[in-house]
Amino acid sequence: MKENRLRTLYEKEGTKKVLASLLSIIIGLFVGSIIVAIVGFSKADMGGKSVWDGIRLIFAGLFSTGRDASGVLTWGFNPTSFGNMLFRATPLVMTGLSVAVAFKTGLFNIGAPGQYLMGTMVTLMLALGIPSEVVHPVLIWFIAFIGGMLAGAIWGAIPGLVKAYLNINEVLACIMTNWIAANVVTWLFDISNFKNVTENTKASEIYKTTFNGVATSKMGLDQLFPGSQVNGGIIVAIILAIIVFIIMNKTTLGYQLKACGSNRHCARYAGIKDKRNIVLSMAISGALAAAGGSLYYLSGNTEFYWSTYQSLPAEGFNGIAVALLATNNPIAVIFTAIFMSMLDIAGLQLTNLTAYNEYITDVIIAAIVYLSAFSLVIRMWLDGRKKRGGTENAKPADAAKTDDDDADAEASVEASEPEIATEGGEQA
Amino acid sequence: MIFLIQQTLLYAVPLMIVALAGCFSERSGIINLALEGIMIFGAFVGVLFVREMQGNEVYTAAKAAGDWVTLQGLELLAMLVAAIMGAVFSLLLSFASINLRADQTIGGTALNLLAPALVLFFIRIIANQNTLQMATGGAGSWFMLKKSTFGVDKATEWGFLKEVLLNKAYLATYVCILLFIILSIILYKTKFGLRLRSCGENPQAADSLGINVYRMRYAGTTISGALAGMGGFVYALTTANCSSNGDVAGFGFLALAVMIFGNWKPLNIAMASLLFGLFKCIAAAYTSIDINGDGIYALAELGISSHLYRMLPYIITLLVLAFTSKSSRAPKAEGIPYEKGQR
Repeated sequence: MKENRLRTLYEKEGTKKVLASLLSIIIGLFVGSIIVAIVGFSKADMGGKSVWDGIRLIFAGLFSTGRDASGVLTWGFNPTSFGNMLFRATPLVMTGLSVAVAFKTGLFNIGAPGQYLMGTMVTLMLALGIPSEVVHPVLIWFIAFIGGMLAGAIWGAIPGLVKAYLNINEVLACIMTNWIAANVVTWLFDISNFKNVTENTKASEIYKTTFNGVATSKMGLDQLFPGSQVNGGIIVAIILAIIVFIIMNKTTLGYQLKACGSNRHCARYAGIKDKRNIVLSMAISGALAAAGGSLYYLSGNTEFYWSTYQSLPAEGFNGIAVALLATNNPIAVIFTAIFMSMLDIAGLQLTNLTAYNEYITDVIIAAIVYLSAFSLVIRMWLDGRKKRGGTENAKPADAAKTDDDDADAEASVEASEPEIATEGGEQA
Repeated sequence: MIFLIQQTLLYAVPLMIVALAGCFSERSGIINLALEGIMIFGAFVGVLFVREMQGNEVYTAAKAAGDWVTLQGLELLAMLVAAIMGAVFSLLLSFASINLRADQTIGGTALNLLAPALVLFFIRIIANQNTLQMATGGAGSWFMLKKSTFGVDKATEWGFLKEVLLNKAYLATYVCILLFIILSIILYKTKFGLRLRSCGENPQAADSLGINVYRMRYAGTTISGALAGMGGFVYALTTANCSSNGDVAGFGFLALAVMIFGNWKPLNIAMASLLFGLFKCIAAAYTSIDINGDGIYALAELGISSHLYRMLPYIITLLVLAFTSKSSRAPKAEGIPYEKGQR
């Protein structure tokens, strides 16, 4: 009887998605460990002990509390790391949602970094530009947040427009808008007077929003995780994820967007305005990515490095990994984003405590993205049978993951919540 | 004027060779979004190779003696190493997209994420900073062709042509141009090229004629990886003073745009990359461009923000794509995993 239920659980599409994602995570972590081991053993001054430290930090950096007097790694609940993890997860949830929504509608939004930057810029300008003596700071917060999202929506709509009406590959258009955004942001901040001139060492950064008295409410989270940067932003992000889930799965709009993603021509035949939906989907994606930037900088405890024309924010690109790992399910995005920021924390601990550095985290993330590229194959392998027609879904020209229809998206939520949550626990 | 031509060439040549790399891969049916990542990886490998070889006594002696032939040999060797490692790196993409029939866009993105992460990880460990430079000296003193290289006094006047082509130029540029011509001929005038292109248009038909589609696609992406790796090193050598910092400033993506603008045809790609090279050059050096040699820096005096110049290549790419997208014709089967027996 029990075996039977296990079997039905295993047969569910959602379970397999979760298993495939878990497998990607585990392989990714092992790839990171192997690189650490190779480097450690090949360098004379590092050796076995540092390799062992490095690998343990990769897997459980979140629970590291530093080194004791004799130089041995100590472990335990680290409220600062936990809080910072949630804080860093905030933008990742949003960019992950952004990429996931676009994927669901058959578009690959690699433009999240640019939209994130535009959102950041408009938010910071509004939050710092509106005098807080005249307008109440809470009102400014809302204006800045909404303004940022609007800027992102407009910026995201550009690749959508050229895709819909001029048939330009959205990937290329997104990449170009990314670099244009990076230059626009640098330019406008360069001529603005928001540059931090009061503190000598921070001339290349923008004031924190607290300079104008604007900051996201802590919502009591700072009591829970003392000493960390956590704030209410993560709660806003989770609420937005739930809203996106409802829009995508329970409304006509969501259905239309997904129909366009599955088959644009078929959707048009059914009377859905395909061009309008492509633009709309990119605008929503853009707004979500921009919200990530807004929430991150509205926290009031991080400065924005404005001369950004040579590099794009990693949060945007990591959103791709977050969305792929969550198989584009808005609820699962929350958990995968937290997982990614946990890797981030592990990377920081690695830099602080060992001779390795945080870039190993990016290697792991890249490995996970690489594995999710053929998650379909992994899922087929989990199926244990060779399904020849299965790969027909993988035509990237139209859609990356068109096989998520309503039913199994919901199934995967039920399955993914507890599974990924326990995964975080097992890492300890 | 001489300066403008030379600078344009410096930017245009890596762009051209990497765009041809994209062309080889897409003509065989694989979208190579990983060009950027492979360039980053190639640049790192090439610079690392040069850095390690500088310690070799053959080269230290050659440098001390001013034996420029040996030094140019080192440059070519580094290009070769970068090409080989680029090809190896691209195998990750071909394996995923040909054998596992994975989504090529995501696979390419993964490589684009992987390359800078790996490169920065190693650079930090090797150099303890974020940039890997040559052990001693720079690209200028080691590899650049100058008047003194040919035993001519600095003050002697060369003709215009000689001045443009041989003074303060790199051999790598000309090797790339030569390779570009040879590979274009291979793609269009040989049996191998025809077979490769057929796999990007109609793999089923190609297969029915006894062409091994998988092998052809592997060949396409591997050549593509080698060229992109080499292009990455040439970029690092000529524009970044032979240093690597896990970044090629979106050059790989620009090369993709050049390829689409060039309609997947080598001659058009060459023209397009010259145009983009010009814009890149203006963006990088507009303050010191003296077009007609009258001592007036016209572009700098216009007073337009440098940020606008930097944005220009990307804006123009978008506009150009908008105007040419109707007439552009991508290889028909690109991006679609090939499966034997599929109709």
